[in-house]
Amino acid sequence: MTNPEYISIFNNQSILVKEIPEHNYTAFKDININLLKGNTARHCINYFGYILADKIKLICCIADDEAHKIYVSSCFVNDNEELSSFTAQNHNFEKFEREIHENFGLKYSNHPWLKPMRFAYNRDNKNKKIENYPFYSVKSEELHEVGVGPIHAGVIEPGHFRFICNGEQIMHLEIQLGYQHRGIEQLFVRKKKLLERTTLAENIAGDTVVGHTTTFVNLWESLCGHTTDSSLNFARTVALELERIAIHTGDLAAICADMAYQLGNSVYGRLRTPIVNFLQEWGGNRLAKGLIRAGKINFPFTNELAKRLIEIFDAYEPDFDEITEKLFMLPSALSRMEKTGVVTYNEVLEIGTVGMSARMSGLNRDIRYSHPYNHYTSIKHTPIIKNNGDVYARAQIRKEEIKQSIIYLRELMTKVPEFKKPENISLNPMPDTFVISMVEAWRGEICHCAITNENGDLLIYKIKDPSHHNWMALAQAVRNNDISDFPICNKSFNLSYCGHDL
Amino acid sequence: MFDNLKIMWHQGKQFIPDVTNAKVPGIFRGRPIITIADVDEATLADLCPTHAISTQPVSIDLGKCTFCGECSVQFPDKIIFTTDYHLSTNVREKLIIHEGDENPITVDPKVVRKEIHRLFGSSLKLRQVSAGGDNSCEWELNASNNVQFDLSRFGVDFVASPRHADGIVITGPISENMAEPLERCYHAVPNPKVIILAGTDAISGGIFADSPALNRDFLSKYHIDLYIAGNPVHPLTFINGVLGLVRKKGLRRLRTDF
Ligand code: SF4
Repeated sequence: MTNPEYISIFNNQSILVKEIPEHNYTAFKDININLLKGNTARHCINYFGYILADKIKLICCIADDEAHKIYVSSCFVNDNEELSSFTAQNHNFEKFEREIHENFGLKYSNHPWLKPMRFAYNRDNKNKKIENYPFYSVKSEELHEVGVGPIHAGVIEPGHFRFICNGEQIMHLEIQLGYQHRGIEQLFVRKKKLLERTTLAENIAGDTVVGHTTTFVNLWESLCGHTTDSSLNFARTVALELERIAIHTGDLAAICADMAYQLGNSVYGRLRTPIVNFLQEWGGNRLAKGLIRAGKINFPFTNELAKRLIEIFDAYEPDFDEITEKLFMLPSALSRMEKTGVVTYNEVLEIGTVGMSARMSGLNRDIRYSHPYNHYTSIKHTPIIKNNGDVYARAQIRKEEIKQSIIYLRELMTKVPEFKKPENISLNPMPDTFVISMVEAWRGEICHCAITNENGDLLIYKIKDPSHHNWMALAQAVRNNDISDFPICNKSFNLSYCGHDL
Repeated sequence: MFDNLKIMWHQGKQFIPDVTNAKVPGIFRGRPIITIADVDEATLADLCPTHAISTQPVSIDLGKCTFCGECSVQFPDKIIFTTDYHLSTNVREKLIIHEGDENPITVDPKVVRKEIHRLFGSSLKLRQVSAGGDNSCEWELNASNNVQFDLSRFGVDFVASPRHADGIVITGPISENMAEPLERCYHAVPNPKVIILAGTDAISGGIFADSPALNRDFLSKYHIDLYIAGNPVHPLTFINGVLGLVRKKGLRRLRTDF
């Protein structure tokens, strides 16, 4: 029997590690590059390495949105081998290979941009320091550089932005991250208790608590061979959509703030409050920390809560509609949003963006429809797609997704399931298992992978936030824009620093 | 023009007039009460993800607690979370709740440096440094200044430059990679200055406390003026904490008739 090229699995499916076909590096590279060639419904959702018996095992996962499948293949390499990079042929792999290079010192002969990714504490080369990041620079009398960060002017996370400008115009932006690195993936392996790991998942990115924690618990239940209760699927779906509404509303406020539209900023800013306060009414925390748990939920959703949520939407929608109608008709606002920070379809495809940062430019990537999970298997979700790839498109997506989420939630509120009493069930990971889990959080696709050893202990826990792909799109978006438009471009993407730095 | 007025009118009155006594909706997990009920203390302490619970007698360190609520779900007779959001103090030990404690957590005015009341009582400008913060505390600090919580009505603002600031607010467990920028930012703030730790991660490192990717040396070098517990901190916790620190008589009653 010939060795198949890859194993094809569903979202949240567990398989034995040995079922993943193994190849030599050249074959491994060709298989994955060919999978992506000329097929826009496919993209790389995770590509990582881990150390196994003195060698480095590489695992590559390609999602196929049309077949609703994930293709997984693997390969062993030595850390002193010189390898030809995937990136030279397909830029989707750029960040993944930088990470592998940083962690294990793998040498790529033809990677175009082999720079440090996050200066992880366990990086291969500790002589590389975050203060000496090798920025691209141009020797020119006309051009100048502008450095921003790591600490920013607002109350936001740190990252360093280096602009090369011609007068007011941005020619190039390079984004250096890593300041937020907390060693989360290693802590996942080291900490053994489920609640410790769940707490870690809640802290990957505090603005996507539900997204990351749901990815973790879906993965964990699959890894332990546990079938998720339908009431839990319901609760997770409700929480995911609430998180989307809350953050999208806040983002619209932030976009208004950056074009000095004070009324919009105030109204959207205050409209976010009833949504996060509802999360608090339900689970005791405005950002839903403590809500999502593997195998149980400590705060069952009740019919009273359903009634409350409908009341909240009844009050939210008229005010939301009123300000939205105003904002999207306001010439001064439109002139700031339209054709600002454009990323084209071909560019997002080349970068391999996900979530809103793909859908803004006509690239249909939405895990809710392509690899459904939890309750999305019974919601006929239609992704919201725009084509202009500008700030306006990103604002429009938020506007329409909020309305869409409210429709879904109103519908869900009519069929609140029975919840069991919260009870800790014993969940034991299966040995020698590989599992992958994806969730479409408000930013886009989150992907977690786990691999266990023969005792069922974690060998590796791999986290990928949508921002992993999307930061490059921001750098691309600001090219040829005025530097004064950088803040609004940045807000319209609202990417995660800690989700990237881990 | 008329549209704008109409929109404004439709918002009604949004601000919370009395930020000290306002009730928070729902089942907010604030200051816990530990009863004297007899429980299996070892199991209780063992379930906590951040080792916040000590035994004999039972106590909870809110500087370490992530407010996950698991202890109270499993031991509902022993640990009861109240909705009290006053979780700030300048004395680290006051964040440790003991069995039978029902007293509110407060700032002790006696240990506040004299110049803080005098200089910052009616105006405090803060520089925020996120050092490995997960963007939840940052998010709530931003919310503190929305039209509902309206922090700036008390003369407290976040400013863009440390040179304009009277102190820094640190969020996050302080990653190694942020240790130097944090230190530099602190030195750029003119004297006298305050240091505020916002959130469990900043106070103790939280779930990251034993991560080798952190560098928390900064905290042992300088005097910490205020600890604000929470995961993330609630805007009302933040506002009350800061006002408790800078205002001698706490929060003066506010006019609510404007
Ligand atoms: S609520 Fe606090 S004390 Fe209780 S288990 Fe969670 S972290 Fe520990």
